[in-house]
Amino acid sequence: MSRQLLAVSRRRFLQSTTLGAAAAAAGVLHAPAVLRAQGAPVKVGVLHPVSGALSYSGQQGRIGAVMAIEEINAAGGIKALGGARIEAVLGDAQSTPEGGNAEVEKMNGAGVAAIVGGYASGICLAASQTAARYDLPYIVDVGVVDAIVTRGLKNTFRFGPGFGVIAKTALDNLVTINDQADKAAKTVMIVHEDSAFGAGLAKLLNAQLPERGFQILETIAHPTPTRDFNNVVLKIRAQNPDLVIPANYYNEYVLLARTMQQQRVRPKGMYSVLGGAASSYKFVKEFPEAAQYIMDCNHWFDPKNPKALALKKKIEEKGEFYTYEVYMNYSCVLLLADALERAGGADRAKIIGALESSTFAGHVMPYGPTKFVNGQNQGAAPVNTQVINNDIQVIFPAAFASAKPVFPMPRA
Amino acid sequence: MRGFAPILIVTALLATVPLITSSNVVLNFLVVALLIALVGQGWNLLGGYGGQYSFGHAAFFGTGAYATAILQVQYGINAWLGLLIGIAAGALVGAVIGALSFRSGLKGSYFALVTLAFAEVLRIIASVAPITGAGVGTLIKLDLRPEAFQFQSRAPFYWIILALVGLSLVLIRMIEDSRFGAYLVALRENEDAAQALGVNTTMVKLLAMTISAAITAAGGCFYAQYFLFIDAGIAYGPWISVEALLAPIIGGIGTVFGPLLGALVVKTLGELTKLMTGDAPGLDLVIYGSVLILVIAFAPRGISGILLDLQRRLRSLRRAAPASLGGGHG
Amino acid sequence: MLSSVILVPAVLNGLMTGAVYALIALGLTLIYGVLHIINFAHGALLTAAMFAAFFAHTLLGLDPYVAALGLTPLFFLLGYGLQRFVIGPAAHGEDRNILLVTLGLAVVIENALLYAFRADTRTINLPYAFDVVEVGTAFLAVPRVIAFIVVVAVALALWLIMRWTDTGKAIRAVAKEKRGAELVGIDVAHIYAVTFGLGTACLAIAACLLIPTYYVNPQAGNAFVLIAFTIVVLGGMGSVTGALIGGLFVGVVESLSSLYLGESLGQIGIFAMFILVLLFRPSGLFGERA
Repeated sequence: MSRQLLAVSRRRFLQSTTLGAAAAAAGVLHAPAVLRAQGAPVKVGVLHPVSGALSYSGQQGRIGAVMAIEEINAAGGIKALGGARIEAVLGDAQSTPEGGNAEVEKMNGAGVAAIVGGYASGICLAASQTAARYDLPYIVDVGVVDAIVTRGLKNTFRFGPGFGVIAKTALDNLVTINDQADKAAKTVMIVHEDSAFGAGLAKLLNAQLPERGFQILETIAHPTPTRDFNNVVLKIRAQNPDLVIPANYYNEYVLLARTMQQQRVRPKGMYSVLGGAASSYKFVKEFPEAAQYIMDCNHWFDPKNPKALALKKKIEEKGEFYTYEVYMNYSCVLLLADALERAGGADRAKIIGALESSTFAGHVMPYGPTKFVNGQNQGAAPVNTQVINNDIQVIFPAAFASAKPVFPMPRA
Repeated sequence: MRGFAPILIVTALLATVPLITSSNVVLNFLVVALLIALVGQGWNLLGGYGGQYSFGHAAFFGTGAYATAILQVQYGINAWLGLLIGIAAGALVGAVIGALSFRSGLKGSYFALVTLAFAEVLRIIASVAPITGAGVGTLIKLDLRPEAFQFQSRAPFYWIILALVGLSLVLIRMIEDSRFGAYLVALRENEDAAQALGVNTTMVKLLAMTISAAITAAGGCFYAQYFLFIDAGIAYGPWISVEALLAPIIGGIGTVFGPLLGALVVKTLGELTKLMTGDAPGLDLVIYGSVLILVIAFAPRGISGILLDLQRRLRSLRRAAPASLGGGHG
Repeated sequence: MLSSVILVPAVLNGLMTGAVYALIALGLTLIYGVLHIINFAHGALLTAAMFAAFFAHTLLGLDPYVAALGLTPLFFLLGYGLQRFVIGPAAHGEDRNILLVTLGLAVVIENALLYAFRADTRTINLPYAFDVVEVGTAFLAVPRVIAFIVVVAVALALWLIMRWTDTGKAIRAVAKEKRGAELVGIDVAHIYAVTFGLGTACLAIAACLLIPTYYVNPQAGNAFVLIAFTIVVLGGMGSVTGALIGGLFVGVVESLSSLYLGESLGQIGIFAMFILVLLFRPSGLFGERA
């Protein structure tokens, strides 16, 4: 895959694994903050769940991160370090916190300057905590659970938005879209998956939707994986809500949408929050009918940013889908590179300081320049997208919009 | 290996590891391996010595983990106390499941399946119940003080889990020597005969299950303190049920050191395969699974079996009298 | 909630879902009933079959129902081979070893699929996948109705095979009394392999029935395994009728309990039933008294 593109030498790789570490154990001291001679490559840990249940997302994330590293190296590396190249130390979190934990230990042993990634909230929590023991900077790519940035860990930075912001933005935008459509939607049904992501979101929605004038008819939780959505759709059909709000992963979203199509259930709108498939090019390509007019409030790139579009082209030429894991990781690595430049070295404490004061605007997300407070990037927010004419358009906020919302959905 | 001397020697040797190396990669690896050894030892008592294969040891692991976590997070109870309560809670769950299963006379595959079902039920409940944080899981606050059972360095964690493993080794050794142990092995070999001889097999099995659950629950409590985050899939998921049985079977089922040996081998194998296959997703596990099958095919009594065979062969070689029919190699 | 507008479609849905479960359980019950092993690899084999069905469509353009005609004998041979040349020899006849071998097999198959085909979820889009049959207030998807009919037919066929063919009788003989069967000249290893092959063949058919409405990725089969076990126990290990009726029953129970308890908690209904059956009537509805 990407092995041939990165120069992770066998010897270094060996050293970074447990056995290698054991073999060298006799003389190895606890790795201090590494100071590099000019020109020597800077090692960066790239951690993702590339095997196991989350492997698709993990692999996408890795693609984005690796692509960013390649571009930086091709453009001359880290100038402040005399053109030092970035060397990726790839780690597989195996879709479990223990896996992520073990990889962080290895990366630390290999002398990385910082770690990017994690993807899943559980993995991010464990990995960032382990990294904190070594004051190793950790940039979270996606993990949305609020707890990630409320533990008071100085080393942990989250580039993207957390639950609280996502739910609030989703709600605010929903109200605005609804108002613009003369309050077409009053009743709502929520369908969410029952782990950290879906349950947390559902809780927030349940608390805040009624305050905004919506009536929640029912909140349906389902496990991941769910084999069949016929009953869920039956309930939707029986209660006929104006709006269905799904919050689940790709597979379940696809099943839900297909089942709704099968059962001829068409609410006035499908407004998903962090929908697994709702803003996925793969979904639109494979199920154009079921995908029409679905709205999503999700991570999305800035459609007016030429860098983002260039990356999209590059990724699609490789035969991959341009998913959020790709461009978020891409942006995180660019952010790290900027911090490395400003820190003037691969010193961990300096990198943390550089991130804390970062005002980086060279990323591809619609966030504006970064500003971290307690590790959370303040400008980070999701945007609203809608599938219109077999393409995904941004419909909100206006500054990044490429189309107007179509709501209520036209009757088929 | 008779007596407690081997246990003391092994434990003492292992205890010196943090003094030899300060590599956290190694320490972390060993902590996880020892954790699996502890959990596996619990399984080993019931499955190895008692012959009752459980596929749901996650039920006890998860109970210990959640008990510790919830008591700390929701009720502010001290983590060390949480460990004790967690062990007790796990033992209770073991007793209940055991009582239900053994009173109904379940054995063999039926028993295995019912334990699987119980673990799944607990997992589902944990994933929806508010007290466990439902889907979001439970996060134990980072509080790096020994009183809170958290440590800045990996070494104290290592020594604690090693102590727990050492205790479990001693416990199993004591059971091996006791009447209870004899009853247990007897009913493993032939339950009807044991019953005919007057052994209350149901009570013996129940006691074994309770102790087994307690040992595994201790592992769960430790996990919670080491990783500080659990959710329903981590606590009650099938992964830990599989690890619990894999280690003893590979290492040598029904032996004192089997789980420890097996855990070290299995985890090392995992690292080796990752090393060989680099970043290709899934390839390392393909090799892992294949090796497993090969081990079963050629060394079904596990590593202890291989070692015992070697021992016997060496002995019979030494004793090679002309007309000898060889050592008692069965 | 008790209105027939919801209840009737829910029951019908349950029957159709249960039919596919039943087919998966059929394979498992045969394997368990005869070889007395818990086949851990069942889920991974189902996943492999689903990938096969997927590629039969995307690479060869075969409709899944047509592909089934080819995949069924193919997977029969695969299962035969696995039992005859891998599981049987490796296990040395000991139950506990078979457990581990099938577990190892499951890990190998699932990860080989992951390595070969990556983790993306794949689906196929068939023109008739969204057609429905209207029964009262219920919209029944055509592929699911077809699945129901096919499953009943397969169960009937298997039942006939067990009853009237020599192989079927041999299988029943080995299941009941292995030693005795050996003594009368039945090649037990062959029969074991045939049974395993039949079990895998069932999975191939189930995969073709699922693929029009479901998706496939390296973990897709795992979701069905525990339910299959429940049905096997409920229906009685080794009973074809038990697997069919048990499957339909479980499908309906799942449907209704998820209706009333919610999807997540509703899964408990299945396991609660599983546990109760095990505790009070382990031989199941149609099995022989243990």
